[in-house]
Amino acid sequence: MTEVQSRERRVHGTDRPERAFRGMGRLPRLRELALVPALVVLLIIGAIVNDSFLTTGNLISILGASAALALVVLGESLVLISGKFDLSLESTVGIAPAIGALLVIPSGFGTEWHAAAGIATILLVGAVIGAFNGFLIVKLKLNAFIVTLAMLIVLRGLLVGATEGKTLFDMPEAFFTLATATFIGLPISVWLALVLFAVTGFVLRYHRVGRSLYAIGGNREAARAAGINVDRISGLVFVVAGVLAAIGGLVLTGYVGAINANQGDGMIFTVFAAAVIGGISLDGGRGTMFGALTGVLLLAVVENLLTLAQVPSFWIQAVYGAIILVSLMLARFTGGKPQT
Amino acid sequence: MSGGVETVVEALGVGKRYGPTVALADVSLTVEAGESHALVGRNGAGKSTLVSLLTGLSKPDTGTVTFGGEPAPPIGDREAWRTKVACVYQHSTVIPHLTVAENLFINRQPTRRGVISWSRLRKDSRELLDSWHVDVDVDLPAGELSVEDRQLVEIARALSYGARFIVLDEPTAQLDSDAIGRLFVRMRELQDAGVTFLFISHHLQEVHEVCQAVTVLRDARHVVTAPVADLTRAQLIDAMTGETGGLTVTDAAERDAVAADAEDVLTVAGLSGDAFTDISFGLRRGEVLGIAGSNASGKHQIAETIYGLRAPVRGVVTMNGRPLPHGDVKAALRAGIGCVPRDRHHQGLVLGMSIADNAAMSVLDRMGPGGLAAPGARTAVATKAIADYDIVAAGPLQQADALSGGNQQKIVLARALGSDPDVLVLINPTAGVDVKSKEALLGQVERVRAEGKAVLIVSDELDDLRPCDRVLVLRAGDLVAEHEAGWSVGDLVADIEGVTHD
Repeated sequence: MTEVQSRERRVHGTDRPERAFRGMGRLPRLRELALVPALVVLLIIGAIVNDSFLTTGNLISILGASAALALVVLGESLVLISGKFDLSLESTVGIAPAIGALLVIPSGFGTEWHAAAGIATILLVGAVIGAFNGFLIVKLKLNAFIVTLAMLIVLRGLLVGATEGKTLFDMPEAFFTLATATFIGLPISVWLALVLFAVTGFVLRYHRVGRSLYAIGGNREAARAAGINVDRISGLVFVVAGVLAAIGGLVLTGYVGAINANQGDGMIFTVFAAAVIGGISLDGGRGTMFGALTGVLLLAVVENLLTLAQVPSFWIQAVYGAIILVSLMLARFTGGKPQT
Repeated sequence: MSGGVETVVEALGVGKRYGPTVALADVSLTVEAGESHALVGRNGAGKSTLVSLLTGLSKPDTGTVTFGGEPAPPIGDREAWRTKVACVYQHSTVIPHLTVAENLFINRQPTRRGVISWSRLRKDSRELLDSWHVDVDVDLPAGELSVEDRQLVEIARALSYGARFIVLDEPTAQLDSDAIGRLFVRMRELQDAGVTFLFISHHLQEVHEVCQAVTVLRDARHVVTAPVADLTRAQLIDAMTGETGGLTVTDAAERDAVAADAEDVLTVAGLSGDAFTDISFGLRRGEVLGIAGSNASGKHQIAETIYGLRAPVRGVVTMNGRPLPHGDVKAALRAGIGCVPRDRHHQGLVLGMSIADNAAMSVLDRMGPGGLAAPGARTAVATKAIADYDIVAAGPLQQADALSGGNQQKIVLARALGSDPDVLVLINPTAGVDVKSKEALLGQVERVRAEGKAVLIVSDELDDLRPCDRVLVLRAGDLVAEHEAGWSVGDLVADIEGVTHD
């Protein structure tokens, strides 16, 4: 039935001259700003309901708490724009720093590597996982949803197995630097996330690889016919997303101060929510880094408000989920585009 | 309701606006029972808007639509509309993974004790198809049907709802000439059985062949309704364009032949691949070469293999003396081949992206240092394309899906030429575009040729082959004939169809 309907839409869309005047000019840029009013409203509400909300300390803690999420959302957004999916990022958030830590700490694999080598390994693990996902999905043409779902479970199991379910402590200070060290009052992790969002946003808008990504997500066949190396770029996106998730995991490790066997567990739902609320299309080919970032900030502010408002911890998940649903509906109406 | 002839559908003074734009203004159309009524007009003339009003997809702002004298059902009542009228679109509206039987009775499957009775479903489907002499296996997934069979199934489905008025929206666009012939025979049979058609086509000879009356729309207005026999093809074109003169395409026979000593820029030697075997030919500088054949002849596959969209099984494509790697579009682009692919929606454009992004897609790597492709640079490419190719658009940032077919195709052509290729490969370049755009697109071929480049045109349309110095004819994967410019339609078609003519 959907096929019938979309065909009907298309058919009487093609001959309509009036469509010539839609979807042009500044409209796309306005859509990116769709969440800004919502953010402002939330900040005002927060300031009214709680005196300590609009303090520098609290705002910094919001940013610090959302840096890891932001990095994973960044990676997921790139995969989504290219028209694919990666659910396994949340497990990468756990396993990548865990492997790095186990190589370094005395109670780990016994290798007791230098901290720098451990951190380099964390990035490498993210890249290898991404490359493997990319290989299965792009080369073997397996379904991205099911492949990364399986990877999510496998990686989670590996993490539990490698740590025997225990929490890892005693990492060298270097593992925590990203989240604990500050620069002009903000944690390095926040600066890192901001810089990476800015660089990615720039590449998406100003570099051919970025434009290729939109073309691939919008119409793979057309991108191929235009000489874009679809397979290579699609595969590369998974690698980049894996590395970003690994960095996100490192940031989370520093923020928490340890690596739990369920680090990152359940995070992928928030990641998708932030991306979609931020205007990244699950169909591919659409969305901006600015939008994704506002999506992250919106969820971070909401979570902070719920904590400040002392919503009982047993209820916080239900409320949080409901707010994500409401945000999606709001984003639908302010953004105007169906989130199919 | 004059002279005792029953009116099936009548639109009286219907108009439709979308925002500030008038899509249809004060158009009247009367279709009489048992006739095939053609609806023609350029893209954007209002055909689709009129069809959407007649099929109940949208409501007219002014005027009325009546079926057999009764007012049209309310817009929300799809069931009622389905008993009055059905539309068979150019693209499939069947659900590919469900069987033909289930597609026929979707959402009204026969039940026994509250559950679907699959045996009755298949029996009813078989009876339905048999009653209209449609010979299709009802257990086949509908996606595996040929375009021809799929259309027949859709027509049968429409008839089973009780509709006796069927809109065919460019039904012949994807059919080869044999299938078109069979479709027309079928239309006449159904007409005799009391079915009425509204037939939309860009091919005016088809209108003359199968329709009794024709209505021409232009710029959202009604121009003329007349018996087909009273209008010549040239008069029809004049009515569509609002100009006199008909289709003007440069005929290669009217210009100087390619210099005999012109060197080959592209050679194809012993090329075999999907649907074609052992094909060899050369393309000289300043030459326009056509390849004709039925849809099953393998002509599209040859062109796609040259551009690297497909890998050949055997043989080699040489460009300026250097063999091209197999199945590598990027290498073909770098070697100087530009291509307008077969289907602009499927392979040509990213419909959700702007004109600027689409136009710049294959030249992204040569816009700035280090791969930078700034929005300003992309917009400049598109602005130039809009001016050079006379694209009707609101601006370079407009989304590609808002444009008419002809203008979309011009973007694809602009992009193919954006890398300044030595060889331009055009596959069905004028499919689904209006007469004016057709002239413009073929005019570009002439310009490119005059610059000393070579052009390869693979097309289902004979008009597209007129500018060719030579036309190769392909049948069932083999090269069977070659025609010099000035060929007669009869000879070429006879070779395409494999009709012996001695």
